[in-house]
Amino acid sequence: MGKKILEIQDLTREFTMGSETVRALKGVSFDVMEGEFITIMGSSGSGKTTMLNILGCLDKPTDGNYLLDGVNVKSLSKNELAALRNTKIGFIFQSYNLLARTSAIENVELPLLYNSKVSTKERREKAINALEAVKLADRLDHFPNQLSGGQQQRVAIARALVNDPVMILADEATGNLDTRTSYEIMALIQELNAQGKTIIFVTHEPDIAAFSNRTVTLRDGRVIKDFNNQNIKSAKQMLADFRVDEDYKYENS
Amino acid sequence: MKIANLFLIALKALRRNKLRALLTMLGIIIGVASVIAMVAIGQGSKKSIQDQLSSMGSNMITIRPNSNVTAGARLDISSVQTLTLADVDALRKETKHLNAISPAVSSKGQAINGALNWPTTMQGVTVDYLKIRDWPLKDGIAFRESDVHTANKVCLIGQTVVDNIFPYGVNPVGQIIRFNKIPFRIIGVLESKGENAFGQDQDDIIIAPFTTVQKRITNSIYLQNIYASTADESQTQMATDEIEQIMRTSHRLKAKDEDDFSVRTQAELINTFSSTSQLLTVLLTAISGISLLIGGIGIMNIMYVSVTERTKEIGLRMSIGANGRDILLQFLVEAILISLTGGLIGIVLGIVASELIQYFLHWPTLISESSVILSFLVCAITGIFFGYYPALKASKLDPIEALHYE
Repeated sequence: MGKKILEIQDLTREFTMGSETVRALKGVSFDVMEGEFITIMGSSGSGKTTMLNILGCLDKPTDGNYLLDGVNVKSLSKNELAALRNTKIGFIFQSYNLLARTSAIENVELPLLYNSKVSTKERREKAINALEAVKLADRLDHFPNQLSGGQQQRVAIARALVNDPVMILADEATGNLDTRTSYEIMALIQELNAQGKTIIFVTHEPDIAAFSNRTVTLRDGRVIKDFNNQNIKSAKQMLADFRVDEDYKYENS
Repeated sequence: MKIANLFLIALKALRRNKLRALLTMLGIIIGVASVIAMVAIGQGSKKSIQDQLSSMGSNMITIRPNSNVTAGARLDISSVQTLTLADVDALRKETKHLNAISPAVSSKGQAINGALNWPTTMQGVTVDYLKIRDWPLKDGIAFRESDVHTANKVCLIGQTVVDNIFPYGVNPVGQIIRFNKIPFRIIGVLESKGENAFGQDQDDIIIAPFTTVQKRITNSIYLQNIYASTADESQTQMATDEIEQIMRTSHRLKAKDEDDFSVRTQAELINTFSSTSQLLTVLLTAISGISLLIGGIGIMNIMYVSVTERTKEIGLRMSIGANGRDILLQFLVEAILISLTGGLIGIVLGIVASELIQYFLHWPTLISESSVILSFLVCAITGIFFGYYPALKASKLDPIEALHYE
């Protein structure tokens, strides 16, 4: 396997709430290699969200080291963190977070607007390519309210891809979708992974873990399980096997 | 971030909420339009007063007798008689700045032409008077120096007098009229000047050589006024000082004596009237300025609401790489775009409103460049000032909290 994309060493994160100090992470260590598809599992209160924020460079650890693509996040300023998010990370959220009344292509272009190195022409090209990669090339000018939930999430994935990040960070990305659409999205993510994208998928649904090649489970701020999945399920296959009549029974009757 | 991208982001954000942006602009639009229109009305009335006063001859200087003290008693101005022809001669001899001087005596009386009569005023002056008043003739000729010397019974009559004692279509030039029983031959008709700034009809007048008026009508050697003028308006102040010097010498006044005459320039009058309309302008502008301020507060209000409402959007922008400065500038540019666009629309609307006021109400309006430039600047400042705090608030948001804001 290739180089280390993430190096996490003895990460701790403490929050001070009044006089109490809450320790959300109590020394987490693991590495992520390029091209891995890893799920971070855990119930609420496990430190999963704190982990996600730190991985996404939205937050900084209290102690320990977090190296993203060789850069130690700890020493960076707020603006440097923003630049890092802009160029190295692609976010996918549970609620899509698309800008309303803004076309799909403009939503996808958004991260590139904050990157002064990208010209207007390049921006448009990259956005179109990203939307083609999520099979929405025919929906460039659609507004979010004209798209289904699955399509909206695909626009969000295109937005995460457009800056060619070193990793895609998904936060419960299928949480708002029905089973069938979830399979579609997972199939797309597996496809991106097959093309070499590093994917970190934070979720509390065990089903999702079956599609990834590794699962890190957190509990009470510690890693309790780091498990390599030998038996990866294909979301595409699941989708093919999915009983179509179950979805459309009511509409067709 | 590139400036072009910044404007693109702000424009796209505004476009998503066209109606709200427009409603926010409305405050600015109304504020600016009313400032422009009010200043136009104020400036217009000031200009029209100035024009009216100038029509009396803007370089004109009037010397009048002043109440002097005779044996300890202060006399009423109307009975004061201190100006004589000797003063006129002294002025003529010694002046450096005056280009025309005319003594003036006047008398009220009845002008009679056959069966028609009209109460009017006869002004006895020299030939210079028409030059001082900048008063051309509509018809006929002016009297000459020789007419003054011989106290010839000739006169020039104003349009109002013509209208009242001559039937329509009759040419008055060459006709004989009687004024206080003295026959005068009309040799010219004065161009109509209309009302002066005090509402007096300037055309209700008969002008004759002062010698004739003195000898035939007033029977007095004293003058009521002396009129003079300078070649240029800028010289009036120097001329005033000069006149005072000459007159004091001529009247043999000692250093501690008060002037027994007064010197008035048209410029002083213009200033007095202008300051009144200036006050009006300031008042009107202040009131419209308040509406502009309220418009600005409207922007601030909407921007604050917008920051709260768009917290999640701000969180998203931060998560995909916007830093605090990017967010600050975006909201600032949005506020400035709103206020400047509103300002531009307001300027156009204000100009249109001024034109409509002039057209329909016949109020004089004058759109000054300075008011347009000033309102535009005020708009820019309003946008920056009232947009800054909401923008700062937006930029200080924590990306994690903003992302999970519901």
